[in-house]
Amino acid sequence: MSVLVNKNSNIIVQGFTGSEGTFHAEQMIEYGTNVVGGVTPGKGGQKHLDKPVFNTVAEAVKEVNADTSIIFVPPAFAADAIMEAADAGIKVIITITEGIPVADMIKASDYIKDKDCRLIGPNCPGVITPGEAKVGIMPGFVFKPGNVGIVSKSGTLTYEAADQVVKEGLGITTAIGIGGDPIIGTTTKEAVELLINDDDTKCVVMIGEIGGQLEADAAKWYKASGSKKPIVGFIAGETAPAGRTMGHAGAIVGGSEDTAQAKKKIMRECGIHVVDSPAEIGKKVAEVMG
Amino acid sequence: MLFVFVIFAKQNSNDKKNLIMNLHEYQGKEILNSFGVRIQRGIVANTPQEAVDAAKKLTEETGTGWHVIKAQVHAGGRGKGGGVKLAKNLQEVENIADEILGMHLVTPQTSAEGKLVNQVLIAEDVYYPGDNEPDEFYMSVLLNRANGRNMIMYSTEGGMDIETVAEETPHLIFTEEIDPATGILPFQARKIAFNLGLSGAAFKEMTKFVTALYTAYDKSDSSLFEINPVLKTSDDKIMAVDAKVTLDDNALYRHKDYAAMRDEREENPTEVEARKAGLSYVDLDGNVGCMVNGAGLAMATMDLIKHAGGEPANFLDVGGTADAKRVEEAFRLILKDEKVEAILINIFGGIVRCDRVAQGVVDAYKNMGDAINVPIIVRLQGTNADIAKELIDSSGLNVQSAVQFKEAADKVQQVLS
Repeated sequence: MSVLVNKNSNIIVQGFTGSEGTFHAEQMIEYGTNVVGGVTPGKGGQKHLDKPVFNTVAEAVKEVNADTSIIFVPPAFAADAIMEAADAGIKVIITITEGIPVADMIKASDYIKDKDCRLIGPNCPGVITPGEAKVGIMPGFVFKPGNVGIVSKSGTLTYEAADQVVKEGLGITTAIGIGGDPIIGTTTKEAVELLINDDDTKCVVMIGEIGGQLEADAAKWYKASGSKKPIVGFIAGETAPAGRTMGHAGAIVGGSEDTAQAKKKIMRECGIHVVDSPAEIGKKVAEVMG
Repeated sequence: MLFVFVIFAKQNSNDKKNLIMNLHEYQGKEILNSFGVRIQRGIVANTPQEAVDAAKKLTEETGTGWHVIKAQVHAGGRGKGGGVKLAKNLQEVENIADEILGMHLVTPQTSAEGKLVNQVLIAEDVYYPGDNEPDEFYMSVLLNRANGRNMIMYSTEGGMDIETVAEETPHLIFTEEIDPATGILPFQARKIAFNLGLSGAAFKEMTKFVTALYTAYDKSDSSLFEINPVLKTSDDKIMAVDAKVTLDDNALYRHKDYAAMRDEREENPTEVEARKAGLSYVDLDGNVGCMVNGAGLAMATMDLIKHAGGEPANFLDVGGTADAKRVEEAFRLILKDEKVEAILINIFGGIVRCDRVAQGVVDAYKNMGDAINVPIIVRLQGTNADIAKELIDSSGLNVQSAVQFKEAADKVQQVLS
């Protein structure tokens, strides 16, 4: 099993014919992902990468039973794309777009809160279930099938963790990039919960960074759940100075509560196997999985 | 929970980089005023003479007798550092403006060297005597990241450091959450005015003030408003005496007039250059420069440098579309830092294709010639990593390549020892 996406997901690409959308849709298709079409308003009826283009998400849902969407729409229009997908009944909305205005995301997250859908991102690398579906911008070959789930705010650090896990002879059930923006659809805790509840996932890697409370919330949930499934954790930004934002809008140390050290302490107290060096994630996973 | 809110406010207010844009007090007030928020009026001046002219004009327009001279820098606590002073006549206006302009203002929020004051705001005196005692409040508007909604945080304890209020008298801080679908509602404005202990004319004024303030925050795509103090004057007017406004950088495309308010003199010159090149760069004090793709991996790389016995000289995320030009630009930025003794390039190719980065490294070398005289460790992994490695290896460049993260760390350790 896996979570969020698999070989039966009917995936559409919003922003299909743009350069990013085209490049990554090609990569996804090449990976074997079940891309059933795409949406570019005004280009409906055309074929792109041998797949049908629709004017609206609703049309894609009706015509090709789309249930999952990946969004490459430019920042000014991305929140609208999220709402369109939710309105059309898409169940998993994965938003790659970086730089969406916060005000737009407040609106979008309010709009989708009562809809039957899950938003991943924005500003994230996407979700991959190795061997089944790559719904994101990650280099697919890094991820091999296996029993380790990954949750991360950071794109490239997710690839790094997956690469280390694979080099230990292990593999991945599903890797979820949740994104580093102030407003994201799926939190660390929610993503960890999905993986803890997945039978095939035997170990979870949780990668966070300075700023905010997401990792602490996840750690506390984990402790309360009483789960025996091991979690390996890493928090990036030990060397980041207070008061400076490190690339992600959410990555900033504001008070003593959200430093890397404070987060790691909470995680350890909740029974998570925390590594201090980002080069030791894979090794620790191998160790706790015996 | 309250503590968390205060941390959010502090995070936003301390921020200097490129995901939000800070404004000066006078610029923030301009925005507030344009949405009907009553402000302490003032005129900005660059020289003592301009300050005197501004004071005269302000007296004509507002009837104010005394004037407040306020240093315009991106830092709080200006009063504590001697950057806010009262002038009782035009000679004092000139003397004080002369004293503050050009000074390096040190406040609890600046470095020990302080910040150079290029401009002063000449403001009307709003603490004039009258029928009632003046009173000060605190008010901010910000995002509550826990639920993705904006909220108004306010307190009866105005004019003080809000972190101190949160620590000592947390029951005097209130929050009001705003539903994005409706915006601020009349009952919420009334609740705020009641909680601040107001009645009569001041109560009505406060409901108008709060409503206009939230509208301004919303329509200007701001990330933070902090008004401290909000003043109730002796004749029951409610006004913003100070204004800390930060804007959402990602929304500046729909506010060209605000984008023009950026004061680059307030920023680190290398960081300004980086922003123009589309790079996310933060200057730090260490000896190992790094160039990484992705904020999380960049922070992890910095941590790794530290574990290897070095200190990161910078945070530099070359981003998702790194091509040869951007890599070269990133190289130049790192090399400007004379403390740099080694450079670690760590790229894990996802959106970024490693061959593009490698080409950038090669081109940068060719174009910069002798300028690169520190050891370089390159680690390229991911999309097209093979082609990238070949590009680097066949280039004859003096770079050490690594494949594993650990290997890269070891090589950093070697070159530093």
